[in-house]
Amino acid sequence: MMRITQGAFSFLPDLTDEQITKQVQYCLDNGWAVNIEFTDDPHPRNTYWDMWGHPMFDIADAAGVMMELADCRKVYGDRYIRLSAFDATHGWESVKLSFIVNRPKEEPGFRLERQEDAGRMVRYTTKPYAADKPEGGRYA
Amino acid sequence: MNDEAETGTGEAAPPATAIDLHREFEESGVGDVLRELDETLVGLAPVKKRIRETAALLLVERARQQLGLAYEPPTLHMSFTGNPGTGKTTVALRMANLLHKLGYIRKGHLVSVTRDDLVGQYIGHTAPKTKEVLKKAMGGVLFIDEAYYLYRPENERDYGQESIEILLQVMENQREDLVVILAGYADKMDKFFSSNPGFRSRIAHHIDFPDYSNEELLRIAEMMLKAQNYDLTPDARETLIRYIDRRRQQPHFANARSVRNALDRARLRQANRLFERMDRPVTAEDLSLISPEDINVSRVFSIPTDEERSQQEAS
Repeated sequence: MMRITQGAFSFLPDLTDEQITKQVQYCLDNGWAVNIEFTDDPHPRNTYWDMWGHPMFDIADAAGVMMELADCRKVYGDRYIRLSAFDATHGWESVKLSFIVNRPKEEPGFRLERQEDAGRMVRYTTKPYAADKPEGGRYA
Repeated sequence: MNDEAETGTGEAAPPATAIDLHREFEESGVGDVLRELDETLVGLAPVKKRIRETAALLLVERARQQLGLAYEPPTLHMSFTGNPGTGKTTVALRMANLLHKLGYIRKGHLVSVTRDDLVGQYIGHTAPKTKEVLKKAMGGVLFIDEAYYLYRPENERDYGQESIEILLQVMENQREDLVVILAGYADKMDKFFSSNPGFRSRIAHHIDFPDYSNEELLRIAEMMLKAQNYDLTPDARETLIRYIDRRRQQPHFANARSVRNALDRARLRQANRLFERMDRPVTAEDLSLISPEDINVSRVFSIPTDEERSQQEAS
């Protein structure tokens, strides 16, 4: 078992919905667009997760985002889901905050693989155990 | 006003024992909203009365909650019925502001939609569209204009029904997150409610908007002109009075909206009039005065009124 620590708050206990709502409201009050993304491949270099719906650019209240999150959890509750807040201000145009809001029940963690190369060189790589299974069946 | 009552309640004592409703009224800014409503909206006496009553109810409910009495969040969904141009959208905007001041909605914005924004073109298009609108309206007021078009009994495969079901579900389950106001003509709304009992039972406040009288319309016209820095000459004012009287008796009369359109056309004619005699420079007064000839060329004076038409047909 290994808890994935990616994005903000990931060393804390999982946020409650009330805490998530407050974080989302903070993002919206700053004028950031909140996106919902999900994946079943938690490799840290996998930055491009699948999007749930469109980025939510014109929402005033966190309840709107929480409604979408509830829908996303219904479908992909067994995967990782994260919220990311995009600041579209000129000069920034990047993600300002990103945090995990949903995890699979079991997180098997990563395997360290060693590849022996020419000479006595060894190359290292990590591979999520979950990724051994085909897409869609990884956390079922 | 009553200092004795307040001296006992310091910050250390959380359960307040008395609440000064009058002070709550002023401090929440509700008083300002109601005053502004009175000053900026002409007529609409019954509407203003209903809003005042609603505000009182909500204020008392809030006080009850603060004193720890049994409290259930009130249903705030409303329906506004009335003829076109009677100020439904304007009042909805004020209502959003009022509910925000009272703390019943978190953001206080108004999202105004019609059937087109909610109902999709093909199977599977409606639910995401309706949800998109609901998401935007969360924390504020969703104003559905001409709500009865959502339901089309003549077409059993109409996607409107799907939208209605989603709306009803959210109106019931997320009462704290948004307030829905349905608006439309009285007779069509009645039909809509009788074929969709789910809506009727979820709406607590029905507010009816009466038509404006001729004097009220004239006052509205004058307010509109003043806001745009225009003036009526005394003759033009007389012409406008006759115009309003005739316009009311003709088809497609839309109260304040008809008046606004008439004024827009008068401004157009005034601009043309000034433009055509360019022999001398125009002054600020020329530019702001609307004279009778800008109004009396209107078709309203040549089209017969309902009364005249029936007389013609009789003779």
